[in-house]
Amino acid sequence: MKKLNYPFSVEAVRDLKVGDMVLITGKLFTGRDAVHKYLHDGNKPPVDLKNQIIYHCGPVTLQDKKGKWTVTAAGPTTSIREEPYQWEVIRDYGIVGVIGKGGMGQKTLDACKEYGCVYFHAVGGAAQVLAEKIISVDGLYLKEFGLPEAIWELSVEDFPVVVTMDSHGNSLHKEIEASSKEMLNKLL
Amino acid sequence: MAKKAAKKKVSKKITPKKVVKVVKKIDSKQQTIDSLIELIRVTSTEVPDDVFKTIVAAAKSEEKDTIADYAMGIIKKNIDLAKYKSQPLCQDTGTVIFYIYHPAGFHQTPFKELVKKSVTLATKKGYLRQNSVNSLTGENAGTNLGEGHPSIHFYEHKGSEVEVKLVLKGGGCENVSAQYSLPDTTIGAGRDLEGVRKVILDAVQKAQGKGCGPGALGVCVGGDRADSAYFAKKQLLRKLDDKNSLKDLDKLEKEIVETCNKLGIGPMGFGGKTTLLSCKITHANRVPASFFVSISYMCWAFRRQGIAMNKNFAIKKWLY
Repeated sequence: MKKLNYPFSVEAVRDLKVGDMVLITGKLFTGRDAVHKYLHDGNKPPVDLKNQIIYHCGPVTLQDKKGKWTVTAAGPTTSIREEPYQWEVIRDYGIVGVIGKGGMGQKTLDACKEYGCVYFHAVGGAAQVLAEKIISVDGLYLKEFGLPEAIWELSVEDFPVVVTMDSHGNSLHKEIEASSKEMLNKLL
Repeated sequence: MAKKAAKKKVSKKITPKKVVKVVKKIDSKQQTIDSLIELIRVTSTEVPDDVFKTIVAAAKSEEKDTIADYAMGIIKKNIDLAKYKSQPLCQDTGTVIFYIYHPAGFHQTPFKELVKKSVTLATKKGYLRQNSVNSLTGENAGTNLGEGHPSIHFYEHKGSEVEVKLVLKGGGCENVSAQYSLPDTTIGAGRDLEGVRKVILDAVQKAQGKGCGPGALGVCVGGDRADSAYFAKKQLLRKLDDKNSLKDLDKLEKEIVETCNKLGIGPMGFGGKTTLLSCKITHANRVPASFFVSISYMCWAFRRQGIAMNKNFAIKKWLY
């Protein structure tokens, strides 16, 4: 088990390889479909994303009477939907990590290699295990997109992920897709 | 079966006096809402026993210290934690789909209103995410109500009680669900059960880990496009350990699970032994020109529950 601690850097993520199980401690910014489209359309992010990690997640959140937010469920959403936008967001805003599920495509893999970024796979559906790793909600941006689609700034401790696309051009998803296709052809 | 029927009769004989008293005290509308919110809470925060058993068995089959083993460990821990904290298993609390079975003479319209009210209240309590978006404007009203939401199906049945079954179907697994039109020349699938087998395997291979595998399938062979998809999804109401009454389909269900678990896709697509937990297949007649096969993929966070209500609309029995 490896550890990745805040502040994050290109150098630190360059050390990670496909198959590494990693515990992340530090800051995460959620961002999914609406945020990615917004950034892709040329709008500046409301927070500096340089050397930060984006988490493809639309959390379940509750606000108490004093206005304090808590995240009650926070698993990853399917990442491939951000494939048209992700490479640009990596290039233009300097993010060094993307957390999601299901993996991403060649464009993102190329951007990870070129600019120094890693794709971390969280266990899909494990919303409680992952929400428990969130120690505070530090900010809420672009609330107008609706709560699941907004940017949530979260502090996490030992957030469990697996590197499935590294910054050296390797993708576990590509490997498994190819090997399962070969096996399928045999079984058909 | 005979034993069960006898038990029911006995319990009915004992309770009528009490029932009459309770009816006077409790507002049946409020009781219905309470029961439905509890149904939503349990569905969102717990997997049914049959699913849990299958997941535990699958976790055991993975090799120790692999990523697949690690993922199954997190999945099991998540199931325990969600139940303990009474919070959603998955943040995507899905399309909310009710299957309501009622006796003759039952009024659907007022019940529908209570279902809607319960969905909105359950959303406020955090059992459901604000998950319903207007497809034209992108607006999220935050209530989980809107055109077609929640999805409600009514059926008249012979029983004297109202039964409500609920499935919460996440978007990730819905997105990898598929419909094939046979013959499909790209994979050499003809208009027979062998062709059906091929397209199901193809759908699972294409899904990879994107539907939050290990998944479970509901399949319909035949029907028009709409009915085919509907019947496929309705197969998700079957318990994972039941048996198909049609011999050929029972055989095919087992074979699909075995074969899919040879693909090496594994939990979350990390590689490993468990790609599929179960496969349930039904059939519907088709017109000669069409041959559709619909595949509804359900994630491991298989959220399905049901209640039988007594005459006061309190929960009498859990169905799974």
